Amino acid sequence: MITRVTVRAKREDARADGYLRTLKNRFPKVKLKGVAVTEAYTIDAKLLPKELEKIAKGLANPIIEEYATKGVLAPETFSVAVEIGFLPGVTDNVGHTVREMIEDTTGRKFKDAAAVYTSRFLFLTGSTATDEAARMAREFYNPLIQRASVLSYSEFKKGVPIIVPKVELHSTVKTDEVNLEVDDDELMRIGKEGIVNKDNTRQGPLALSLRAMHIIRDYFRTIGRDPTDVELEALAQTWSEHCKHTIFADPLDEIEEGIYRRYIKGATQKIRKDKGKKDFCVSVFTDNSGGIAFDDKYLVTHKVETHNSPSALDPFGGAITDIVGVNRDCLGFGLGAKPIANVYGFCVADPTDETPYFRDKEKTQPLLSNRRILEGIVQGINAGGNQSGIPTPLGFVAVDPSFRSKPLVYGGTVGLIPRKSHGRKLHEKEARAGDYVVMIGGKVGLDGIHGATFSSEALAKGSPATAVQIGDPITQKKFSDAIVREARDAGLFNSITDNGAGGLSSSVGEMAKDSGGFVVDLEKVPLKYPGLSPWQIWISESQERMTLSVPKSKWNALKKIFDRHGVDAWRIGEFTKSGKAIVRWRGTKVMDMDMKFLHDGRPIEEQKSQPVLRTFAEPLPEERPKDLGKTLVEMLARPSIGSISFISQQYDHEVLAMAVTKPLQGRGRVNADSGVIQPLPHSNRGVVLAHGYAPWYSNIDTYAMAAASIDAAIRNAVAAGASLDHLAILDNFCWSSSNEPGRLYELKRAAEACYDIAVAYGTPYISGKDSMFNDFRGYTESDVQIHIAALPTLLISAIGVIPDVRKAVTLDAKQPGDLVYLIGDTNDELGASEYFTMLSERTSTYEVDRDDRHTMSNIGSNVPRVDTTKNMKTYKALEKAIQKGLVASAISVGRGGLAVALAKTAIAGKLGINADLTKLLGTAGTDDSRLFSESQGRVLVSVNSKLKREFEKSCQGSTLTLVGEVMKRNSLEVDLSEKRLNIPLKMLSAAYQKPFKNW
Amino acid sequence: MIVPAENHDMKKPNVLVFSGYGLNCEEETKVAFEMAGAKADIVHINDLIAKPSILKNYQIASIPGGFAYGDDTGAGKAYGNRVKQHLSKELEAFLSRDTLMIAICNGFQVATSAGILPGALIANDSARYICRWVDLEVKSSSPWLKGISRLSVPIAHGEGKYFADKKTLESLKKNGALALRYTKGEISKHFDLPANPNGALMDIAGVTARDGRVLGLMPHPERGVRFTQLPHWTYLKEQYVRAGKKLPADGPGIQIFKNAVKYFR
Repeated sequence: MITRVTVRAKREDARADGYLRTLKNRFPKVKLKGVAVTEAYTIDAKLLPKELEKIAKGLANPIIEEYATKGVLAPETFSVAVEIGFLPGVTDNVGHTVREMIEDTTGRKFKDAAAVYTSRFLFLTGSTATDEAARMAREFYNPLIQRASVLSYSEFKKGVPIIVPKVELHSTVKTDEVNLEVDDDELMRIGKEGIVNKDNTRQGPLALSLRAMHIIRDYFRTIGRDPTDVELEALAQTWSEHCKHTIFADPLDEIEEGIYRRYIKGATQKIRKDKGKKDFCVSVFTDNSGGIAFDDKYLVTHKVETHNSPSALDPFGGAITDIVGVNRDCLGFGLGAKPIANVYGFCVADPTDETPYFRDKEKTQPLLSNRRILEGIVQGINAGGNQSGIPTPLGFVAVDPSFRSKPLVYGGTVGLIPRKSHGRKLHEKEARAGDYVVMIGGKVGLDGIHGATFSSEALAKGSPATAVQIGDPITQKKFSDAIVREARDAGLFNSITDNGAGGLSSSVGEMAKDSGGFVVDLEKVPLKYPGLSPWQIWISESQERMTLSVPKSKWNALKKIFDRHGVDAWRIGEFTKSGKAIVRWRGTKVMDMDMKFLHDGRPIEEQKSQPVLRTFAEPLPEERPKDLGKTLVEMLARPSIGSISFISQQYDHEVLAMAVTKPLQGRGRVNADSGVIQPLPHSNRGVVLAHGYAPWYSNIDTYAMAAASIDAAIRNAVAAGASLDHLAILDNFCWSSSNEPGRLYELKRAAEACYDIAVAYGTPYISGKDSMFNDFRGYTESDVQIHIAALPTLLISAIGVIPDVRKAVTLDAKQPGDLVYLIGDTNDELGASEYFTMLSERTSTYEVDRDDRHTMSNIGSNVPRVDTTKNMKTYKALEKAIQKGLVASAISVGRGGLAVALAKTAIAGKLGINADLTKLLGTAGTDDSRLFSESQGRVLVSVNSKLKREFEKSCQGSTLTLVGEVMKRNSLEVDLSEKRLNIPLKMLSAAYQKPFKNW
Repeated sequence: MIVPAENHDMKKPNVLVFSGYGLNCEEETKVAFEMAGAKADIVHINDLIAKPSILKNYQIASIPGGFAYGDDTGAGKAYGNRVKQHLSKELEAFLSRDTLMIAICNGFQVATSAGILPGALIANDSARYICRWVDLEVKSSSPWLKGISRLSVPIAHGEGKYFADKKTLESLKKNGALALRYTKGEISKHFDLPANPNGALMDIAGVTARDGRVLGLMPHPERGVRFTQLPHWTYLKEQYVRAGKKLPADGPGIQIFKNAVKYFR
């Protein structure tokens, strides 16, 4: 039985007003008068009329809303109606909630087939044309996951058909054997395009090389049979770049152990050894997150992930899946850490640039606009973080045209976990032979199958159900509560891990390494809808699932806890010590391989790199601006520098009551590059979080890019009050074209920097991740085939522990009369700076060179270099001064240079600064380089003038310059060698707030 | 499952803090009550439905903030529905005793949906979620608000605009139940932010029922119980230090919880 309940606001409706505002902005020429909204709930379940009435009542709050159980509530007059709903198989969280509400209201449980589908009607008045309305509707839906129908007033009046987006799979469900005794061409095709279906279509890319295919063929020759599709798909997942990080793991040039082992892990090993008894690492690189000591009783964990390709297609779904996915990496640390903070970083293209690009030659598949991508990402992290009740104290937006096609969407989660519970060390876990394989959370559908590799053709023709995943934070929150509050400390499971990339095939396969084997019965895995093939069940990436290893004797107790929390849990198999990875389906073995082959059988690639050298001219003297004050104002209004308060204040950073320093600091609310939280209510001990990134420097030199990213993260942390003695970092590489020798060289150089800088500062890596192919191949509007490769980007996330949060420092100037000091040298390092980038945009256009690199022509070559010996002195001096309480404000000098740091300090404090930059230390010789050079290792601080002597004494040994003082007069006044700048604070503030003002 | 012992120590009232289905402020709410001298238990709503008789052992009930059911179909609706379907009688019995109840943020939305408090919370005028600090003017004889005339605490919500029809608003006013109103106070002035963050009618941030024993409010007092939770504490710290004063330890929100404990002494 299909019924439809519609609900609408009786009076004002801020959401409808929001739609109207957006449309008026986007379509200024269309005469739109109003937008009204009606929500529709299409119920596919047997209900009595009385029950339906009761349900409808429950869906409408009588004070503000009204409902109808027949027809669709609509305004009396309107021009066009648009209905937007989901495509079949796309996660419909609201639909799930309504289903639960119906069960609550009727007091009975529904059968599996029953479902509720939500859709939304928009009624537009004033605009008459339906084609215009269709264009407008495109603003609010994404054809990859949603459908929209546009109805004229008269069509609507004739009656609106009820659409039920139920998944109907017609394929016959069985397991096929795959003949690998074919020629190399066909083997290559199978590896690249996938296993052949009966109708000659293919199952989708396996991303297995010819060498890998040979190894698989030979393995099955020795056991004397063909592999099944389940086995091939499982091998493809397990051996993938995504799961094995082959580029970091395999030999590169002379580095036989691979760059990960030598430079990342190698750095941590050396640092831990050097620190000796002061080593604070507890669990690094081996688990879903990295864990360090917090105090005697607790550890803190951290992990950062990216979700770039999915976010390009469905920014909301991609981003929410990113953040709730990395939350599971926290829950999957040891026996379950509690998520206590999320961080984010969005690398996107200029949201005001509307140049269209297309996936296909026919231009039927346009990329979403930059603005839509950023909006969607922002909303996705909002929904994921806010709904999960995890605070978001820190994040950033970085803008470059190379992120046009694939935004980089970073999401990270910090966790808190007791060291021990009932004598068990909680950071250790081990699946034991005889334990049940238990899956918890959501059911399995076609979501995300071949998610990482699906092509644009697959998108055009393929089933919409598989394309993108949407996270469900509440399902996850429920099991998060059950695990962290009860099941973990009751000792009811031996191991736990996330079901992320590769689904069950990865999570069970990984956990079974401990016990030495497993048997799983796929028919026991609950499905969202019937008709999935065994291989699809095994590798599906349906969200909100974790896998647990549960002793048989503990199952009943665990199940009871989950039942009470409204969490679904299923026993789907058993861990064994047979050395075999076995999957059965309805009693028949569909996978039977040696664990050893599954995990260690993959071919090792010998990678070769080739040096590249990139040099660029600097803007000519006549291209340099004369009015540097005006230039500063322009710089502040650039999206990589200006305020992102619209994001900071829509992400709850106060929940859990841990926030100490906030994302927006000072009266003038300036975005900080660090955040301090207090995890335990009765201890002043704190955690400092900070980020560092400098993708623009990759235009010139990736070693410098990586070094600056690390230096910035550490500098940002220290400026907030962190100590180098208890500071760890995480590396997240986002590369492009990573199979090209030039790019591999750049990767190697960045990895070298990772070793050099981290070892010099004694800040160990505790976790990391990489995403190696952030490339887009498509077409411009004028049919030119293009390749956009994202700038090689390294996000460094710092996590430090401090003994007393009351010593934490914010960036805002505090009192008139305070002295302003710069610690560190200012060198002539404007290469790839925001300043040169801005100038270069005026005189040249983006060019694509032979390596498909998009770059500006006049960005210079003097990219900032990191001098760790000097900087170490700065950071040590600052650390000491902050601990002594001598520092009133501190800001790390970053993008935009000293001028921007001075402006931010003043804007944040709503106080003027009078500065003299003629006596700066370092090689910067011109006024513009003094203002805008991005030399690393610098921190700008303000100090109570009464503490002058004490502060200067405390900073002995570092390069300290007294540059000015905080003043009551509301302006930034700067003495330069040729002139004096005098800019009203109001103008600086307005510029700083400008880039996302109306978002 | 938590079953508290019968409470004979009235100096330490028992507090039941609701949880489950996406409520998420229960831990800091428990902490705030315990800092104030109460004993607080986090109880999953399903456990309460299974054994509602445990309510007898509590003097205070708290529906904390969160995102129950993801705010799907409207904030507080689905959880409110669950409360209404399964706990109506029991909560009525609880509230007819000399007990206290506080419903914070999502809890306030749940309480209005379940009919425990009047009015409704609808989408912010900005149509966007907002997290910031606000200042409140207190006019109430509610035991929760004794001795408080002004209060600064944070908000974090997408649907926090208080709405009620004229009749309801008038009767609330007459009964002295318009307990908390947004006002331009210390913090909105410091950061130059509008007093009313969401367009709430008559600047209403919180209302009371049952002679003030039941308080519902959008702001989060439990997030402002320490000095270092204030949004401008590093600024205040410089002033304290330069004046040779000691830093305070408490934040403004703690008084609400202390008042509740005091009520039972």
